[in-house]
Amino acid sequence: MSLPIHLQVEKRLDEPPRWLPVATSVGAIVLAFLISGVILLLIGGDPVKTFQYFYNAAFGSWGALSDVIVKATPLLLIGLGCGIAFRMKLWNIGAEGQFYIGAFCASLVPLVPLMNMETTPRAVVLLVMVLFGMIGGALYGFIPGFLKAKFNVSEIISTLMLNYVAVYWNNYWIYSTFSDAGFQMTPMFPKSAWLPRLADLTQQNRAFSGITLHLGVVFGLVAAVILTHVINHSRWGYEITLIGDNPKAAEYAGIDIKRNIILVFMLSGALAGLAGMSEVSGVVHRLQERISTNYGFSGVIVAWLAKLNPLATILVSFLFGALIVAGREIQPSGLYFLIQGTILFLVISSDVLLRYRIRFVRTSSEAA
Amino acid sequence: MNFEIILRSGLSTGTILIFASIGEILTELSGIQNLGVEGMMLVGAMAAFKTSLATGNPWIGLLVGITAGGLLSLAHAVVTIHFQADQVVSGLSLTFLGTGLALVLGEGLTGQNAPLIPNFTIPLLSKIPWVGRVFFSDLNLLVYIGYLFIPLAWWYINKTRPGLHLRAVGEKPAAADSLGVNVYGTRYLYTFIGGCLAGLAGSSISIAISPGWYSSQTTSGQGWIAVALVIFAQWNPLRAALGGYLFGMLRRFMLDLQGPMLLFGAPNPFFYNHNLVFFLQMTPFLLTIIALVWGSAASRRQRIGAPAALGVPYVRGERD
Amino acid sequence: MEHNIPENQIAVEMRDIVLHFPGVVANDHVNFTLKRGEIHALLGENGAGKSTLMNILAGLYKPDSGMILINGEPVSFNSPRDAIAKGIGMVHQHFMLVSTLTVTENVLLGLNEPRFLMNLPEYDRKVAEIAESFGMKVDPTAKIWQLSVGEQQRVEILKALYRGAQILILDEPTAVLAPQEIQDLMKTMRLMVSEGKSIVFITHKLNEVMQVADRVTVLRKGKVTADGISVQDVTKEKLAELMVGRKVLFQLNKKPHTPGKVVLELQHVSALNNRGLPALKDVSLQVREGEILGIAGIAGNGQSELAEVITGLRACEGQVLINGKNVANQSPKTAIKQGTAHIPEDRTGVGTAPNLAITSNLIMKTYDSPPISENWHISYSAAQEFAANLKQQYEIQAPSVNTQVNKLSGGNLQKVILAREISSEPRLIIAVQPTRGLDVGAIEAIQNLLLEQREHNAAILLISEELDELLELSDRIAVIFEGELVGEFNTEEADLNTIGLMMTGALRSQV
Repeated sequence: MSLPIHLQVEKRLDEPPRWLPVATSVGAIVLAFLISGVILLLIGGDPVKTFQYFYNAAFGSWGALSDVIVKATPLLLIGLGCGIAFRMKLWNIGAEGQFYIGAFCASLVPLVPLMNMETTPRAVVLLVMVLFGMIGGALYGFIPGFLKAKFNVSEIISTLMLNYVAVYWNNYWIYSTFSDAGFQMTPMFPKSAWLPRLADLTQQNRAFSGITLHLGVVFGLVAAVILTHVINHSRWGYEITLIGDNPKAAEYAGIDIKRNIILVFMLSGALAGLAGMSEVSGVVHRLQERISTNYGFSGVIVAWLAKLNPLATILVSFLFGALIVAGREIQPSGLYFLIQGTILFLVISSDVLLRYRIRFVRTSSEAA
Repeated sequence: MNFEIILRSGLSTGTILIFASIGEILTELSGIQNLGVEGMMLVGAMAAFKTSLATGNPWIGLLVGITAGGLLSLAHAVVTIHFQADQVVSGLSLTFLGTGLALVLGEGLTGQNAPLIPNFTIPLLSKIPWVGRVFFSDLNLLVYIGYLFIPLAWWYINKTRPGLHLRAVGEKPAAADSLGVNVYGTRYLYTFIGGCLAGLAGSSISIAISPGWYSSQTTSGQGWIAVALVIFAQWNPLRAALGGYLFGMLRRFMLDLQGPMLLFGAPNPFFYNHNLVFFLQMTPFLLTIIALVWGSAASRRQRIGAPAALGVPYVRGERD
Repeated sequence: MEHNIPENQIAVEMRDIVLHFPGVVANDHVNFTLKRGEIHALLGENGAGKSTLMNILAGLYKPDSGMILINGEPVSFNSPRDAIAKGIGMVHQHFMLVSTLTVTENVLLGLNEPRFLMNLPEYDRKVAEIAESFGMKVDPTAKIWQLSVGEQQRVEILKALYRGAQILILDEPTAVLAPQEIQDLMKTMRLMVSEGKSIVFITHKLNEVMQVADRVTVLRKGKVTADGISVQDVTKEKLAELMVGRKVLFQLNKKPHTPGKVVLELQHVSALNNRGLPALKDVSLQVREGEILGIAGIAGNGQSELAEVITGLRACEGQVLINGKNVANQSPKTAIKQGTAHIPEDRTGVGTAPNLAITSNLIMKTYDSPPISENWHISYSAAQEFAANLKQQYEIQAPSVNTQVNKLSGGNLQKVILAREISSEPRLIIAVQPTRGLDVGAIEAIQNLLLEQREHNAAILLISEELDELLELSDRIAVIFEGELVGEFNTEEADLNTIGLMMTGALRSQV
């Protein structure tokens, strides 16, 4: 005896409603928190208190808010870089390595030093550091791009391998040539190499005291706006979208795919490199072993959650920044990875709803 | 620096890579790409260690480690086979998930000592001059299992009916489906087996070959090297074995390079400037990239390559 | 049923079959009866539902409602395995063969014997025996990718025979065969029915129905318009009308036209295919403005590679001149800038970006020039306007220009491609299988579009597997065999028999 009505899953014939992608992303985040809460319970933690603490730690004060933005800045830049690469179906998982190399190259300016740090105006120093950071990241992104274009080497693996290489590279210089009296970090950069932060304006306004929000976030916002324009209103944006959807059609239309693979990887790397520069110049003010709390991987998730949309990336990176700030003192430390992985997994699972829909159908009276 | 020691070390650590790599070969031959191997290895390592510690029985630990990897891979299977989600992103998300899960549940295990899977010496075979001493004496049980596993995997894939069906499903699922082969079932099965093997690989680290739990340092990227090995191996278990053992030997060789004051008669740069070791540590990763370049050139020359349906979800009756 | 067939002579009976796909009724209360020992043609244009109906019989789809009886007993198939168990074997239009495996391995796929160990040499012999007994020659140890298309089809038939199929379904089997090979196939079919087997022969070609079938059932838009009528009682014209629903005139608006100067010229062009084997050997040809040069040949003789060297998608030796400029070995953009339009064989794989909107697909060739683009900027409002105009002009059926193209039907997809390519008033059109898989209405529309361009003085290279189409549209015809042009003549002088012989390499004109 079968039911008079049953569920039927069928392919969507037309566009899914506009709100659905947003709903699935939001739903995934909520569900991820719920699941993490359950796991917390299982190991004897208190989820409610933990999440309350989360909220206060992230949004409880201006200082906290500023911290969130500071943490969000590299996520934003890397998320943008990953987003443009993913749009062309290039899986750049190497943002972490490009970040480190960008940080390294930018640090060369004050460390070597490449110019006189006392007399050169601050704006010039910073500009050169920005350039070095972006070029360093772009060159490091060129490698996997070239390998893919010329030899069809899987960029997932090559970028991952290069991540490890970049960390070891940095370590060498930090431990030896540029080491600060044998410690595993370089000496502090002179003030001219610091990105201006709100705390610098304490004299004008007492409220800015201790606020670490720095110029890097402006880089991110500007990049987001530029990228939005490029994607939606430029020839190159059209080409990238076309290649990502069907490379054979793009080839047939005369678009040079290999050239674009390299260019997009370099752009992606440049943005990650800029994030690296922003972090060493705006936050830690030196080159040290650990300057990234897995920004490279979080950036991947940020990009995916924002559905590759640059403006949405701003929002999502802010949210993840809050996650990092709040999770800083939360034990166990692996919780961060867990929540992120769960969110990403749920987002891609929910993508199925965009392609199929569920309907209630009357069971036919005469079954075959 | 002793060649025998390097070779034996290669056999041990190579076994880890080989289990994971052959597991991924099986999964990919069915048409599914599972990039979550690193996460599954870590979860397996943690689960095996924790269980062995808690129960005092490493065999149960091994079983649990294998199962943990398998269960995680089932998530990937459901999402990629039934929901037809993007296989690359799903695999990546499971790496994060698996890593996170392993780190969270593995809290507090560092520094502990768990009961281990023992080493053995094979009677009779170990008496063979040189070969016996190198290949059959005082190695972990799992290494010996590896010896048998490699040819078994090759034989299974190429000489049996299940192996025939496996290859058909990954190459042209529509053909297999039209003749009554269960495509979804096959893909589920081999994704699960691949996950179990990744779990086995992880377990063989923490409770057998490199004992201990060192949070994410336990695997330190070996899962990714195993995935790269699949391409280098051109989806052939025998070549994966060769690559795995060579890599194992390389790791030991790098370690040995750092120790002595004299290296091949000249002063050893690594001894006098310890920081140069960082460049040495880059080597496995750079070599993996080179192996990939070599692998894709080889596949173009011989005109074989990845299973044709790899990464493409199968839907019955999808017309072009 | 209104058949006066004794019950024990009915092999298959399908009653009142209904099957829905999202948005369309593929089979609408269809009745179908197959007599034992007959060749029964299932006729209908593309999209009529014939393949769908037989896929149900073969166990690939489950009908929403209806009944199937095999030899009088009701059956219910949950998978192809069940259908095979009941003696049904299907030879698909798109071969279901695993190219990296051997013939024997493909034949043994999915069977219970041998259970575990694959002792191939023993089974190689068995396979060769069965092939012999039905007059087919095949090497069991060969890998599928090494075989020709005709040989691959033999493997498909072998798969069914090995499984003891008594009921064979052949889905458009002649599409990939030369005229002589078609005759061979028909001989094999008659041999099989003489051994007591029953055959369903799916086709959209009226000639073949009249030639080989005993009875015919016609489907139109999912419904039966003629239920198992004897072929002797019907004419081609009547069948066409039953297929299409209106009187079909086998005539196109082809006006006499004098060709002008040479637009496309190939000089001693040679090229390799994807496997590194020679695909084109020293090909030379010319196409003038205002003329259609048709290329006849069986699929896989170099046609795809020919189109690709002209449009910049494949490297070659020799010269490819468009309006005097050599475009060989350059990017596709060079050919495009010379006014070349390419209507590709593979609509979804190469011709369109499936997840993008109609607009994005329509501007693929014009996105980098005014009015759509100034400098590096694209104006999507100009693009939308452009797209809307084309949609109207070419009668593309879709909710809006923002619809994703993978939601369009085959005919509308082809119209998008044509609109894009032809709207730029091209000087040269390379059309590869432009009407394959489309219904009669779409076919007529597209053929007329090509003729219109011919009157606008475009030079057209038409590559098609449908000889009828080539004869109707082309001014001249060239035949390609194994990468060489083996004959070239004016259409009026064309003799079907000669062309057929050339297509199989049995004849070569001394040019």
